Amino acid sequence: MTYSANIRAALEQELGGIKEKGLFKEERFILGPQKADISVEYPSGAPASDVINFCANNYLGLSSHPDVVKAAHEGLETHGYGMSSVRFICGTQDIHRTLEQKLTEFLGTEDTILFPSCMDANAGVFEAVLGPEDVMIADRLVHASIIDGMRLCASMRDTYKHSDMKHLEQKLEMHQDKRIRLIITDGVFSMDGDLAKMDEIVALAKKWDAMVFTDESHSSGFIGKTGRGVHEHCGVMGEIDIITTTLGKGLGGASGGCVSGRKEIVELCRQKARPYLFSNTVAPVIVSGAIKVLDLISGNTERRDKLEWNTNYWRQGLTDAGFDIKKGDSPIVPVMLYNAKLAQDMSRDLYHEGIYAVGFFFPVVPQAAARIRTQLSADHDQAHLDKGLAAFKKVGEKHGILGLGKKEIIEKFGK
Amino acid sequence: MDDQKKMILEYVIAEYLEEDDDQEIDCDTELISGGIVDSFSMVSLKRFLEKKYSIQIPDADASPEAFDSVNKISDLVDRFKNA
Repeated sequence: MTYSANIRAALEQELGGIKEKGLFKEERFILGPQKADISVEYPSGAPASDVINFCANNYLGLSSHPDVVKAAHEGLETHGYGMSSVRFICGTQDIHRTLEQKLTEFLGTEDTILFPSCMDANAGVFEAVLGPEDVMIADRLVHASIIDGMRLCASMRDTYKHSDMKHLEQKLEMHQDKRIRLIITDGVFSMDGDLAKMDEIVALAKKWDAMVFTDESHSSGFIGKTGRGVHEHCGVMGEIDIITTTLGKGLGGASGGCVSGRKEIVELCRQKARPYLFSNTVAPVIVSGAIKVLDLISGNTERRDKLEWNTNYWRQGLTDAGFDIKKGDSPIVPVMLYNAKLAQDMSRDLYHEGIYAVGFFFPVVPQAAARIRTQLSADHDQAHLDKGLAAFKKVGEKHGILGLGKKEIIEKFGK
Repeated sequence: MDDQKKMILEYVIAEYLEEDDDQEIDCDTELISGGIVDSFSMVSLKRFLEKKYSIQIPDADASPEAFDSVNKISDLVDRFKNA
C-alpha cells in the first residue's frame, strides 16, 4: 500500500487548513430538477427545505423545459447514450455538426467546434492558436478557466486593469513588436455582472492590429436584443475573432462548450486543441437538447425579454430597499457586503427565509469585496421576486445594513 | 530614495493599484508574495524596465523572488545595467 499514514495525515492537515480559513465548500443536494422553486437537503441528512433559487445560471429557465427534455429523450432514442470515442476517430455524429452550424449562425461567426465544456474550450484554444512570438493581454477579472488556458500557452502573458481601455491601449502599444496581440475578456464578468466595453475593445483592436477573444458564457442567449451576446449588445457582431461559450448556463444548462470564430482558428482547434483531441465530446442526448434550445430562442425572444424585465425589477427592488448593488445590465446582481462573515451570515439567514443565494468572499473575489451574488432567471415570476425582495429586506434590517454604502458597512463590520 | 527606485515605485503604483485602492506601497513592500503583482502581470514590469533602461533581463533571472520588492527590482536593474 502506497497511501501511507503519513500521506493521509498530510492531506487531512491540508483539508483542516481549508476549514480553518472558512473556505471549505459543501454541496447542497437539490431533490428534483433545476428550476426556480427547488427542494434542498442541506446540510446532508437534514430535512428538505423549499426555497427559491437565486444562484443558478439557469438564465433562460430552459434547464427543465419540457420541449428540451423531450428533445433530449428523442436524441437518446435516435443517437444513443454515448460515443465511446473522441471526435476524430469515430465520435462525431450528424447532430454534432448540426449543433456546430446552429451555434455559428446564432453567434454570428464563421465556424464552431464543440468542446466537452467551456472550461475545456478555454483550456485548449490559446495553445492551439498562439505561439511564443505572440502576446495575450487579458482583463484582470477574466474567469479562472481563461487564466488556466493562458498558463498552458507558450505566448507572453500580460493583463490590463478591469475594463480600463486606457490601460489596454498602453499594453497594445507596448506589445507592437509581437506577431499576434490577442485581447482577452469575458463578455459578462461573472462575479461583478458588468459587461465588457466590447465596442471600444474592437475599436482598439483595429487601431493596434490585435485580435479579440471573449468568453460569452454569462451572456449567450440573453444579452443583446436577440440574445446573441455582448457583441450584439455593443453592435460588433461579426467583428469578434474568437468566442467561447457554454451550453451549461443559459443554453439549456447541461454541459458542453465551444470555440466559435474565424474558420482558420476553429480548424486549428480541430487539429491541435488537446481537450478536443483527447476526450469525448458532448453526449448525443445533450446535443439534441441544445439544438432544441437554439431553435426555441432563435425565433423568439420571449424568455430573454422576461429575464430582462425580471433583472430590472430585481435591481430596482434591491436599490429601493437600500442595498449596495453592483451596477450593470446583466442578470448577475451582486449585493455588496464587503465582509466575509456578514456575507455568510446573511446567506444563512436568507436560506431560513426560503431564499437560496450564496455568499462569495476572498479568494473567489478580492479582499474586502465579499458579497451575495444573486442571479435572475426567466423561470422566476414576479411573485418569486417579491418574496425574494421581502426576505432580503428583512435580513438586511436584521443586520442593520440598509441604506449603508461601502465605507459605512466596512466601518461597522470591518473588511 | 534614488531616482531609479522612485521611478519603479511610481510605475508599480500606477500599474498594479486601482484608483480607489488605499494600500500603501514602499520600496520594501512584498509585491509578489503580498499578492499585489501576480505572475501574469510581471511581464509588463519586466518589459517596462527593459525599455526604460535599455537592458535585457533573461527569463531565468526574472523570478518572482527578484521582483518581490522595489528594492530587489532596482538591484536587478543595476546588475544588468552594469553587465
